[in-house]
Amino acid sequence: MSNKFRLSSGGEINRTERVSFKFNGKTFFGYKGDTLASALLANGVHLVGRSFKYHRPRGFLGSGSEEPNAIVQIIKDKARTEPNIRATEIEIFEGFESKSQNCWPSVNFDVGEINNFISPLLPAGFYYKTFMWPAKLWKTYEYFIRKSAGLGVSATVRDPDLYDHRYYHCDILIVGSGPAGLTAASIAVKSGKKVLLVDEKADHGGSLVGSDSELTKINDGTPKDWVNKTFSDLSKNKNIKILNRTSVAAYHNYNYLIMVQNLTDHLNEEEKKNKIRQRLWKVRAKKVILATGSIERTMVFDCNDRPGIMLSSAVRKYLNRYSVKCGNNVVVFANNDDAYETAISLHNKGIKIKAIIDIRENSDGDLVKKCNDLGLKILWKHAVVTTKGRKKINKVIVMKLSNNNNSVVGNEIKIDCDLLCISGGYTPAVHLFTQSGGKLLYNENKSYFYPGKNSLEQISIGSCTGIFNIKKIIDDAYTKVNEFLKTNIENDTLVSDMKSGGFENIWLIPSNKVPGKTKSFVDFQNDSTANDIKLALREGFKSIEHVKRYTTTGMATDQGKIANMHALGIISEHTKTKMGELGTTTFRPPYTPLTFGALVGRNVKKFFDITRRTPIHSWHEKNNAKFENVGQWKRAWYYPINNESMHDAVQRESKAARENVGILDASTLGKIDIQGSDASEFLNRVYTNAWSKLGIGKCRYGLMLNEDGMVYDDGVTTRLGENHYIMTTTTGGAATVMGKLEDYLQTEWPELKVFLTSVTDHFATVSLCGPHSKKILEKVVKNINFDDQNFPHMSFKEGVIDNIKCRVMRISFTGELSYEINIQANYGKAVWEKCMEAGKEFKITPYGTESMHLLRAEKGFVIVGQETDGTVTPIDLQMDWIVSKKKYDFIGKRSLYRSDTMKEGRKQMVGLLTEDPNEVLEEGAQIVAEVKKKPPMDMLGHVTSSYYSPNLKKSIALAVVKNGKNLNGKKLYVPMKNKIIKVTVSDSVFIDKEGKRLNA
Amino acid sequence: MFIINCPYCGERDHSEFSYGGEAHIVRPKQPTELSDDQWAEYLFMRKNVKGLQYERWNHAHGCRQWFNVARDTTNDKIHSVYKMGENPPK
Repeated sequence: MSNKFRLSSGGEINRTERVSFKFNGKTFFGYKGDTLASALLANGVHLVGRSFKYHRPRGFLGSGSEEPNAIVQIIKDKARTEPNIRATEIEIFEGFESKSQNCWPSVNFDVGEINNFISPLLPAGFYYKTFMWPAKLWKTYEYFIRKSAGLGVSATVRDPDLYDHRYYHCDILIVGSGPAGLTAASIAVKSGKKVLLVDEKADHGGSLVGSDSELTKINDGTPKDWVNKTFSDLSKNKNIKILNRTSVAAYHNYNYLIMVQNLTDHLNEEEKKNKIRQRLWKVRAKKVILATGSIERTMVFDCNDRPGIMLSSAVRKYLNRYSVKCGNNVVVFANNDDAYETAISLHNKGIKIKAIIDIRENSDGDLVKKCNDLGLKILWKHAVVTTKGRKKINKVIVMKLSNNNNSVVGNEIKIDCDLLCISGGYTPAVHLFTQSGGKLLYNENKSYFYPGKNSLEQISIGSCTGIFNIKKIIDDAYTKVNEFLKTNIENDTLVSDMKSGGFENIWLIPSNKVPGKTKSFVDFQNDSTANDIKLALREGFKSIEHVKRYTTTGMATDQGKIANMHALGIISEHTKTKMGELGTTTFRPPYTPLTFGALVGRNVKKFFDITRRTPIHSWHEKNNAKFENVGQWKRAWYYPINNESMHDAVQRESKAARENVGILDASTLGKIDIQGSDASEFLNRVYTNAWSKLGIGKCRYGLMLNEDGMVYDDGVTTRLGENHYIMTTTTGGAATVMGKLEDYLQTEWPELKVFLTSVTDHFATVSLCGPHSKKILEKVVKNINFDDQNFPHMSFKEGVIDNIKCRVMRISFTGELSYEINIQANYGKAVWEKCMEAGKEFKITPYGTESMHLLRAEKGFVIVGQETDGTVTPIDLQMDWIVSKKKYDFIGKRSLYRSDTMKEGRKQMVGLLTEDPNEVLEEGAQIVAEVKKKPPMDMLGHVTSSYYSPNLKKSIALAVVKNGKNLNGKKLYVPMKNKIIKVTVSDSVFIDKEGKRLNA
Repeated sequence: MFIINCPYCGERDHSEFSYGGEAHIVRPKQPTELSDDQWAEYLFMRKNVKGLQYERWNHAHGCRQWFNVARDTTNDKIHSVYKMGENPPK
């Protein structure tokens, strides 16, 4: 295919570098610097997609991020295919491949187009109205609706590309490098401050990129000369960093902005290799200058969506930047002077302007005068009422407007054409301004919203404030930026001044068709028409936010950049509400869609979250441990031998721990070092039991409550010295307990002299459990007399292992004779291995967290978070013994006497034994007193822990049951899906109630 | 994403801090002498202000110190930062 719509000279494409690419399977060529849109237009391709709902043929409307129609599917491998990419932004490279979306079998012949002919059956809210009944069938409907929803297809395998995050701090951030942004940057760099200038496009220059070099002069040169000179001056300055292809996605409070920089999407496969695809910038700026420009509006009339109907500024840009003519016989439809520049530019390049249709009475602007001088035909006070041409426009029908613009009069004027340039005026791009919390004001004469007040260190300049004249933009930028930055840089930019005429607006162009028979598109991407909006209003939707959702106007991937103003305008006219009072819909981040890859950056796979490993981790790995995640910790779960099942491994480990000796890595338990003259008093206040009388060298179990009386954490605390304790917490609770204790110390009891240090990571903890544990300790640890009299249960001694000091606590979480060795973390693995060696003769068995859970359940010890869930008091756990009656106060004490926590019928922790000793209950299973044929049944509580006990040779369970403390011996039921399990309420201590084994 | 001026460390990013709810709710010195209603008032009732709110913040990923912040909940503007035990600035 040849570039028959490419002019022989001009433009800023690199004509020496031909690039071939594929679109819908066909090979085309363009030049380096082309976007997919400009390259296809150069090849005469206008039809690029089918619309969302009616599958109408669609072409290019714009030339940038505002494009609603020309969105394509990038074809690559399964991991890199990408939907909804704007053809107007993506730059082509050798081998680039893409295709149309939402059409089958092809964009030229699309079966879905049938929706266009049955469109009266598909009004706004069609799905809500049609698929409500019968409710049962929704699942069937949904399958088909989902299939037809959405435009492209997403990747199906993991994205292999690299993404990066970067934090950046600067004094001044300038968003947009058009005439206003470049002017601001030139001033800002002279202030000596650190400046960041970003633009979403590959080119700098904004609106000047497409302007006609003959019509506007800056400093006696072309606009492009001025852009190049300004840009090259800036590039030489050390104070500024300039980023292109960088879109600001979000503008948060305190001048915190998220931007996405596209680094490689425009490069060919070879150049892309090993490069970061996109970088997410998190920018904190002291001051922000928004120069985000404006977006040209379309006009809303019947059949305004055909391929070949384009925004006038886009046609101008394709012509002057890419040297592409979008048609040969052109009609211009305008309500302002800007479109006349496009007409002159086209005319000067030898393209036939068939007519300029203008809704205004006249204009005295300089550009209009020029058009008159050139002899271009202008039809004042006329409007395009409809267009013809199925896959490309071939005709416009024009009629005269009535005096009040409410209707059209006279005869239809038919004009053949292959391109219709529309200019409905410009909408300031205020998206970032409103995201940052700014309030918009409405200009009634010029029909646009513009930035009002904002409390941040921020200004808006250029056309995003509603100034559209290039001379005024630059002059205004000088004034505002100098004031904002407190600089006094002289304005030496001379811009040829051009007088522009007035502006007139009609939100919905009248038609000579029967009302209801028109298809005047407001939102091109979501296929919502003016009639849809009117219908929503007739059906009683009043709020703009409701109308938007009901009709889906402005809810497509372009977020209504083009659609929103007309939607508001039509609502305002229909409801006779002023635009300023109606307000706008909320502009939410991101301004343009961004990839998940950019959002997650490097935080994928093993970097997704922090992993904490104990010092003994490598031993567990080597010995075939299976691990479970406990918070961020990896804990050894069980150690299967020879393909043992989890059940078998746990049964073997648990048995060994009671019969011989077991060894457990308990290093993950939270450890807080507590020192200070008020340490005892502090513990008195945070635990439910009394601490003052605990002797030095003794250990005590403590239960910690929230102020609401509910169990929060538990653990053993050891008194190391007069004013020195070491507290252990649950593995998962370590950080929050530390935080809570600090909170009370700093805010409620600042008078207490207590210092807390988290030492969780400083110590490795090796726990030995079982009748032979003492013998191993005696072999491994020196300087301790392990006699029961000298070293009884719940006490602590300091010992030595190979000259390294260690702390040994005789405490037990299993009910078995048990010791814990705490040693400086880096010796943890050596001590573990020493114990394994010393324990060989006693058949020492490593056991994991699952066996630990089983063993403690046999003994009826609770696990906070398993037996408790934030609604359980110590009384509910039947642990009344741990709640001091004598202490005046402790955290949560008062709440234990609230009417609610004292009331009868609360759930209490009990044991459960199944009738069939081999039947193991499911944790979480519900418990009832009376089985009914089907739910609902009165639920008394649920199973919290359940195991088959290898030591008792029967199934055991812990549960919380309503009024459980009075139900001992009572028969209850656990109804399961296919059976009913009979259980008996029992004591929660299943093994060794007398505590003999602790001293075995 | 605001910036909080920690009275001990200076200006730091929001993400270093954790929020601790309404400030100046003093834990009663003699809880046992309170009625259920009085205790519930302390335990559960919060003002949920629209406008200037006095609240607690903890520099959790920094100096771990608690302090108070006067923040306008309508625009997240922080009017002042002051230490625990100090009275809110007028």
